[in-house]
Amino acid sequence: MSFINYSTREIILKIVYYGPGLSGKTTNIKFIYAATNPEARGKLISLETKADRTLFFDFLPLSLPAIRGFKTRLHLYTVPGQLFYSASRKLIMKGADGVIFVADSQEPRFEANLISMDDLKENLAAYNYDIEKIPFVIQYNKRDLPNVSPVSELRAALNPWGVPDFEAASGAPDGPGVFNTLKAVVKMIIQDLRNA
Amino acid sequence: MLRSARVVDWRGEQSAASGQGSPLASDCTSMNPRNVVFEEEQRLLEEACTRLARESLAKAIFLIDQNGQIVVAVGEIASIDTTSLASLVAGTTAATSSLAKLLGEEEFPVHFHEGKRDNLHISLVATEYILTVVFDQRSSLGLVRLRVKKATERLTEIFGELARRQSADQGANVFSEITDEDIDNLFSDNF
Repeated sequence: MSFINYSTREIILKIVYYGPGLSGKTTNIKFIYAATNPEARGKLISLETKADRTLFFDFLPLSLPAIRGFKTRLHLYTVPGQLFYSASRKLIMKGADGVIFVADSQEPRFEANLISMDDLKENLAAYNYDIEKIPFVIQYNKRDLPNVSPVSELRAALNPWGVPDFEAASGAPDGPGVFNTLKAVVKMIIQDLRNA
Repeated sequence: MLRSARVVDWRGEQSAASGQGSPLASDCTSMNPRNVVFEEEQRLLEEACTRLARESLAKAIFLIDQNGQIVVAVGEIASIDTTSLASLVAGTTAATSSLAKLLGEEEFPVHFHEGKRDNLHISLVATEYILTVVFDQRSSLGLVRLRVKKATERLTEIFGELARRQSADQGANVFSEITDEDIDNLFSDNF
């Protein structure tokens, strides 16, 4: 739910990173934090287990330039990827303005991607969101690893709707995939606001 | 622009067009109705929270929506990361709400965190908002509870007025004149 405050002249957008465990959702957010102008970012919060697995969510606030006199702020959240955290994922999805699905390109994780996508559809349906109508993009992550599925196979399995999709690499954090993914979903959300 | 979105691989090389049939941005619909706060209600909410801070001897008062956005922050807030606080309060409130349902309760509308120095009193207002009171030894849980109960009535009235105005405002859209160039410029400085 986009939040618009006429008094403070700001608009806040909530974006959720979804995907299977260890696909790189938290790494996406940490990379954005590291690569963003310190004045444009808030504190990165990670609610993690002792083994650095996301327990509840990660949170990163970002500031973008004003648009039509309104300061634009992004609130980035990740969900915990492990299957048994389903209840937490559902809570975090509430009020989301856009979703980024981070898929793990490695062949052994192909099935995990499918299960996570089905889980996303279920959680969206619980809030009466239609995956074909929401601002939604997909990132095929870890493209730099040796045992990855071809993008064409991933796309056929995960992106039957033909939403914008991007490649990213776990070992090349200077690659553009992380930011291109984020930019794409923000554009979709704002264009959605414009056309509302 | 999304209409001509292309797949860019992790090296930055554009390769092939994105999947066929990409939904045009204009085809997307909001995941939720937007939550709009207008200047008049903002002023009234701030007045009510300032009064609550004074009467409950609180350090700070926050009104937060259930998605973690701050509506009002008053009191001694200079040393507090208010954005992080709002996100975490919304998270803990969502988890508390789920706990209630798990146990067969409709809701736990109030929860309280006691620290060595500071305490947090968190309560639901008008079902969609979270009133958070930060207080120390200058106040007490009993006083905060009493004042929160009174303030909640006033805040509920204001949120009721806000909801009516939001319904009436559905036709207005301050973003209707945004251009694609405006959107592209959002990313020019920071990333």
